Amino acid sequence: MQRLKYWQAISQGLVQCMERDPAVIITGIGVDDFKGIFGTTRAAFERFGAARVIDIPNCENAFAGIAIGAAAMGKRPVVVHPRNDFMFLAFDQIMNLAAKWKYMYQAKRGVPVVFRGIVGRGWGQGATHSQSLQSVFAHFPGLHVAVPASPADAKGLLVAALREDTPAVLLENRALYELEGDVPEEPVPIPFGKARIVREGTDVTIVGASLMAYEAARAADLLAEHGISAEVIDPRSLRPLDTGTILESLRKTGRLIVADTSWAMYGFSAEVAALAAEHGHACLKAPVRRVTPLDCPAPVSRPLEEAFHPTPMTIVRACLDVLELTATTSRALADVQARFPGPY
Amino acid sequence: MSEVQESHSGAVVPRAAERPGVPECELLRAMLRIRCVEETLADLYAEQEMRTPTHFSIGQEAVAVGVCAALRRADVIYSGHRCHAHYLAKGGSLLGMVGELYGREIGTARGRGGSVHLAQPEVGVIASSAILGQTLAVAVGSAWAFAMDHAPRIAVAFFGDGAVEEGIFHESLNFAALHRVPVLFVCENNLYSTHSGLAVRQPAGRSIYERVGAYGITTEHVDGNDVLAVRQAASRAADHCRSGKGPYFLECATYRWREHVGPLWDYDRGYRTKEEVEQWMARCPIKRLTEHCLARGLCTPADVEAWRQEFRREVDAAVATARRSPFPRPEAILEGTY
Ligand SMILES: Cc1ncc(C[n+]2csc(CCOP(=O)(O)OP(=O)(O)O)c2C)c(N)n1
Repeated sequence: MQRLKYWQAISQGLVQCMERDPAVIITGIGVDDFKGIFGTTRAAFERFGAARVIDIPNCENAFAGIAIGAAAMGKRPVVVHPRNDFMFLAFDQIMNLAAKWKYMYQAKRGVPVVFRGIVGRGWGQGATHSQSLQSVFAHFPGLHVAVPASPADAKGLLVAALREDTPAVLLENRALYELEGDVPEEPVPIPFGKARIVREGTDVTIVGASLMAYEAARAADLLAEHGISAEVIDPRSLRPLDTGTILESLRKTGRLIVADTSWAMYGFSAEVAALAAEHGHACLKAPVRRVTPLDCPAPVSRPLEEAFHPTPMTIVRACLDVLELTATTSRALADVQARFPGPY
Repeated sequence: MSEVQESHSGAVVPRAAERPGVPECELLRAMLRIRCVEETLADLYAEQEMRTPTHFSIGQEAVAVGVCAALRRADVIYSGHRCHAHYLAKGGSLLGMVGELYGREIGTARGRGGSVHLAQPEVGVIASSAILGQTLAVAVGSAWAFAMDHAPRIAVAFFGDGAVEEGIFHESLNFAALHRVPVLFVCENNLYSTHSGLAVRQPAGRSIYERVGAYGITTEHVDGNDVLAVRQAASRAADHCRSGKGPYFLECATYRWREHVGPLWDYDRGYRTKEEVEQWMARCPIKRLTEHCLARGLCTPADVEAWRQEFRREVDAAVATARRSPFPRPEAILEGTY
C-alpha cells in the first residue's frame, strides 16, 4: 500500500489504465494544460502526450456524442468536466443515448464512455458551480454512477469503469481532493454496486454519499466521544446501489440517517429513505432522517454558504435526534474546507 | 442475419437477375426496393399492428441510395428519425426492419427500439436516433476514431434541414473541421421540419451549404432526386474524406411526399400545397432514373416490372414472417439494460 491523495490516486489510475489499454484516451476542456484538471490529468499528458490526452473546444453536448461515437468504434474515452454542472449541456447524449444504447439497439456492447465530473464546494462558487448531480444521473437505467469518497475508491472505481462496457459517470468532490489514504499500487478495480463500511457501529446507521461519507465518519468520531456507536456506510456507487449492505446495517441499528451533498427532494437521500420504508420498515425504531443542503440554489456569501451545506455537526444533531438524546457536544469541528486557500 | 451481397460499388442491394452488373440498374433496383418496402408498410400501417411512429422516406430514396453506393462495407452510417432508406441502402436486413416495426423478437433491436432506432452494426448501420442532431456528433466521433487509427474508413451522418438549427450541428461541424475527421455530412433538405417551412426557421438569402462553408468545410449542393448526381458527389466526398482532407458536406435538395410521421398524404392540411407536392412527385427520383435507363437501353420496361414484383414478393414474405414470429417475452424486458 502507498499513501496517496485523492487527486494523485485518480492520476495514477488514469496512467495505469492508459498503459494497459491503448484504447483509453483522456478528453476535455483543458485536460492538457499546466494545471491538468487539479493535477489529475497532468501525469497522463506528460507520459502519453497530445495524441491521447486531448484538449477539446467548448462543446459539451457534441463532445459527449463524439465520445460515444469513438467508443462505438472501440475507443474508451474519459471525458472530464472540471465542474459537473457543465454536464447539463451533455445530458441528451449521456441520458438519451449512452445510457440507452445497449438496450435501444440491443447492441452486443454498450458504449464505454467514462464521464468524470468534479463537484465544486464552498469558496463562493455559487449556484451554477457547486451542485452535485448524482441523483439526476442515477435516475437513468443503463448508466453506472459512482461518487468515490476515498483515494482508494477514486482509483478503483475509475479502473472498473475503464474495464467495463457500461457508460459511467464518476462524480468527484473537490473538497476530497487533498484527502490522503491508502491506495493499492496496482490498478485493482472496485466493482460498482458494492458499498464500503467506513466504520462499524450499533446505535445508528449513517449512509453518506460522496463528501458526506467523509463527514459522516467525522460525525461518528464525535458521537463516539459521547458513547454513541454510529455505523457509517459509503455506498460508493449509487447505480447500481448496494441495498443489501444498507438494509443489513439497518437491521442491526434500527436507525437511519442519510446524508447527501445534494437536495433532499427526489434525491439520493429520498431513495435510501424509500428503501428503508419498503424493505426495512419492520426494523426501524425511529423515523429516517435526511441531512442535505437546504432547498435553495447554493448561495455565495460566506455565512449563507455555511448555513447551506450540511456539516458533521448537522449529521451529529440528526443522530442525537433519532436517538432522542440531547447531548451538547463538547467541541466544534473545523469545516472540511477551512484550510482551503482559494481561489478555485 | 443473412449475408447481403455487395455490388461493385459497395452499396448493398440484391443483385439483379436481369442485367446484372449495370451500375444504373443496381441503383434503380435499390431505390425501387426501398420504395416498394415503404409503400407496402404504409398500406399496412392502418392495421395498427406496427405500433411505432414511422417517418417514411418515400420521395427521398435517391439520397440514401446514391450516398451508400459510394461507400465501402467498412464505412459506417448514422441516421435520424427518418432512417428506413439509409438502413436499407447500407444493407440492413429487411426482415430485421420489418420485424422491428412489428415489435417482434426478430427485429433489429428485438422490438426494443422501433422505427426510429434502426441499427445493424455488421453492415455499418451503427445507430439512428429520434433526437434531432444527436447522431451528427456520434458520426463525428466515429470518424475521429478512424482518423486516430489511420483507418481508411469514413463515417456518414444523415440528417434533415431541421437538425441544422440545433446547437449540436454547429459544435459538430466545428470539431470535425478542427480535427479534419473523415466524416461526410449529408443534409437532406426537404424544405420542412414537421409542418414548418424553411422560411420561418432559417434566415433567408444564404443556403445551408454556403453557411457550412464558413467552417472551412468543403461543401456542395446537389439535386437529391438525381441519384447519379448524388452518387457522383458522394464518391468525390468519400475520396476527399478518405485521403485525409477532412470533413465534407453535401446538401441534397429533395422532398418528402407523405405526412411527417405516418403513412398518409397531407397536402390538404394547409402547410403546403397540392401543387407543390405534385411538382416534386413529377421529379420522382425513381421515375427519373427509369427514364434514363430505358432511353439508353440499359433495361426494358419488362425488367423494371419484374423487379417491382420481385421486391413486392420479398416485402410480403418479410411481413408474413414478421407477423408469424413471436413477440418478445415480458419476462425478458430488462435484457440489455446493462
Ligand atoms: C431535439 C428534438 N427536437 C424536436 C424534435 C421533434 N421533431 C421530430 S422530427 C422534426 C422535424 C425534423 O425536420 P428535419 O430535420 O428537416 O427532418 P425531416 O423530418 O424533414 O426528415 C422535429 C421538429 C425532436 N425529435 N428532437
